[in-house]
Amino acid sequence: MKVKLQHVAHARSGDKGDTSNIAVFAYAPELYPLLKEQLTAPRFKAFYAGAIKGTVTRYEVDNLHAMNFVAQGALGGGVSRSLCLDNYGKALSAAILGFELDVPESLQGFLRGKDLL
Amino acid sequence: MKDIIRIGSGAAWWGDRVEPAALNAEKGDLDYLCFETMAEATVSAAQVRARRDPSFPGYDTYLDDRMRAVLPHCMKRGTKIITNQGWINPDAAARRVVHWLKEFGYTGVKVASVNGSLITEHVLELTDTILENGQPTSTLTSNLISAEVYQGAEPIVEALKAGAQIVITGRVADPSIFMAPMMYEFEWDPLDHVKLGQGNGLGHLLECGAQVTGGYFADPGFKDVPEPWNFGFPIAEVSRDGSAIITKVSSTGGQVTLETVKEQMLYEVHDPANYLTPDVVVDFTTARIEQVGPDRVKVSHIGGKPRTPTLKVSIGCTEGFIGEDMFFYAGPGALRRAEIAKKVLEERFKIVNLQAEEIRIDYLGLNAIHGDATPSDAPEPYEIAVRVAARTKTREEAAKVGREVDGMAVSGIAHTGKRVPHQDRTREVIGVWSSLVPRERITPSINYFMS
Repeated sequence: MKVKLQHVAHARSGDKGDTSNIAVFAYAPELYPLLKEQLTAPRFKAFYAGAIKGTVTRYEVDNLHAMNFVAQGALGGGVSRSLCLDNYGKALSAAILGFELDVPESLQGFLRGKDLL
Repeated sequence: MKDIIRIGSGAAWWGDRVEPAALNAEKGDLDYLCFETMAEATVSAAQVRARRDPSFPGYDTYLDDRMRAVLPHCMKRGTKIITNQGWINPDAAARRVVHWLKEFGYTGVKVASVNGSLITEHVLELTDTILENGQPTSTLTSNLISAEVYQGAEPIVEALKAGAQIVITGRVADPSIFMAPMMYEFEWDPLDHVKLGQGNGLGHLLECGAQVTGGYFADPGFKDVPEPWNFGFPIAEVSRDGSAIITKVSSTGGQVTLETVKEQMLYEVHDPANYLTPDVVVDFTTARIEQVGPDRVKVSHIGGKPRTPTLKVSIGCTEGFIGEDMFFYAGPGALRRAEIAKKVLEERFKIVNLQAEEIRIDYLGLNAIHGDATPSDAPEPYEIAVRVAARTKTREEAAKVGREVDGMAVSGIAHTGKRVPHQDRTREVIGVWSSLVPRERITPSINYFMS
């Protein structure tokens, strides 16, 4: 079944200069391998096409069942120079929640927000 | 000697709420209350303001509010305060705190100011290369406003050893403010990277206040949070071994869970195995977290590696101006009207010869936040704001943006909604660059004041 990331993981973004880090956390350890396999750095970058101008590096943080995506050139030249209303990119992490994953039947019990599926 | 110390947060940034700080001071049973009030451009903005406004004292503009709210509770309990509210003038902030102590009738309290982070006059001798673009720092000479070093916890620890009950600093790395009490109370060696890794990691969890207790977290239907209007700021119960329980005052809203702690652990982190701070390199990839009770999360085994030989320098420069404004459409066809309005603005900017480095015109309600990453199938909204911003060399050019939006009132499209021009529609851009300085070239100095 195709499922939006928001049912599989939660996310938070932070800023440093022109770089945004968007960390993605599996809602359950059982969902983490699926995230790792499907949410690759190139797919992440493609999903933010146009908004992320530089490279995207993915760090796997197994102990937190999380991945940290570090996106350069994501904040319009840096917080103070940015012409975006959301200078800090604090709303940037919400976009990835719309990324679609294939979730097998056996893992659907671990999904969050089933009323909104 | 204590085996557990209680460290609470009083602020995560300059504009943060004051009442949770007062609540932590009153009900947190704290040994230390720590305030973080500086963003990347805070020092440069303060320097610009100090040049224009000789009456600006150079410290946190909410210093009075914060100190009035917490000092009586802290003095009663014997809670020490560590804060970076000194901005560009820690001495003046310390004198001001002494003023409030006397006002409340507390005499004989020792207040320390930590100086030495401002290196504007020497930055070009002390640094070589701009980290962001590889150019020499000398290329920033003509636009330089301010340069400051991120100091570590050591000068704060020195002030505590000298008996200070309140320590006020200029630029210090955010987590170091919260780690200094651990180093002082548990007598951690500044080169003990195993202990300091844990301490700085805990400092990182505390430095953003409510972001670990339910703030910047709630997402209805997915992550529901109780009373998100009533967050408590975090408290860490830190043990001698460097583990801690993250919690909050019980009467508050929000929550401390594995999920809130994890989100904050990676906030503003790049490589989670190598989080650079002035005191130590933190490794979050070994951390263990465990829910040990309601709103109680135990954090242990955060890793640490030896500190780097350099300190980070932040260099603020004038870089021009931004002009911005917005106007509105609603009802059937709102997007069509917004699209032609955008075309009108683009043509007008040619006619008035707007000299801009970059222009951005968004449809707020559709694509102003995620820009080009907005899904192509996003539904057309009922209401839209046309929001326009341009970055220019001069304030005169930036002002053209607002002036052309003014023109949309009577020369625009049908059903154009407009605000009364009520605010300054131009602002100065302070660009922030980074460089490195050998740590032995930086000497902190500490001054003491008595109430």
